Amino acid sequence: MLLTILGLPPAFLLLSFITILCALYVVTNTNPVYSVLALILAFFSISAHYVLLNAQFLAVVNLIVYAGAIMVLFLFVLMLLNLNKESEPIVKMGWHIGAAVTAGLLLVTLAAALHKSSEQIMRNPAEDIGLVKNLGKVLFTDYLVPFELSGILFLAAMVGAVLLGKKQTNSKENNNYSETSSQ
Amino acid sequence: MSSPSSYLPIVIQTGVAIGFVALALGLSHLLGPKRKTTQKDETFECGIETQGNARFPVSVKYFLTAILFVLFDVEVIFFYPYAVNFKEMGAEGFIAVVSFVALFLAGFIYVWKKGAFEWER
Repeated sequence: MLLTILGLPPAFLLLSFITILCALYVVTNTNPVYSVLALILAFFSISAHYVLLNAQFLAVVNLIVYAGAIMVLFLFVLMLLNLNKESEPIVKMGWHIGAAVTAGLLLVTLAAALHKSSEQIMRNPAEDIGLVKNLGKVLFTDYLVPFELSGILFLAAMVGAVLLGKKQTNSKENNNYSETSSQ
Repeated sequence: MSSPSSYLPIVIQTGVAIGFVALALGLSHLLGPKRKTTQKDETFECGIETQGNARFPVSVKYFLTAILFVLFDVEVIFFYPYAVNFKEMGAEGFIAVVSFVALFLAGFIYVWKKGAFEWER
């Protein structure tokens, strides 16, 4: 049987099937709202993959941040765009081919890079590094500097978001953004 | 709480929940009577009449609120591994987390003073 030849757990195979199916639906569907809903399902199944790998913190964070928060952002991006049929741009065939070639090359590179290591991790998921307690210990001792640097990154993201998303007012009343500033 | 197999109850519960909802909705769809008229198929059967198209570009200020929510959401998530190790970390871990929060607090004050929490009309 195919399952025994591959030597992979059936739960992993089922989850992979669901993930790939959802991802294909995201790419092939022409209705962007349906694509977003399928993407949520894909995120959920990726979270289940993390649980299978015993990376429980990543599983929870993936649910909260990606399936929760990032999807809200995706929906907002969809809402910011004009999605009416008549305003849809016509994409030339060359762009399709170029995108397919680029994505294919990326896939080959990733597959080659992950070939050995992922196989090893998948067969021995008993490592306890993904548990919240162990991850916290490593994060707040060995990787403290990157952790604090990520805080600076968040600060930059906040400044950037305010700079891009906030309506600019006249230079004089910089602190007074109340009702008067409606240009 | 240490191996993937301990998540089996959650899988069973999810299966039961989805199964019950699918069964209840499917059965009521199959068994219930259906009368379709143009008025019954409107978005709001009774109430406000719909106007225009749902697909119109909305203002960017909603996006600003959403992205600020995501940033602070991620900040709170980092408390989770710290809270689990709270006693073992001691003062060292506390300083690390406080300096992380201080960065966010600086961002919070910046965003506040810039008026991003105020709703432009």
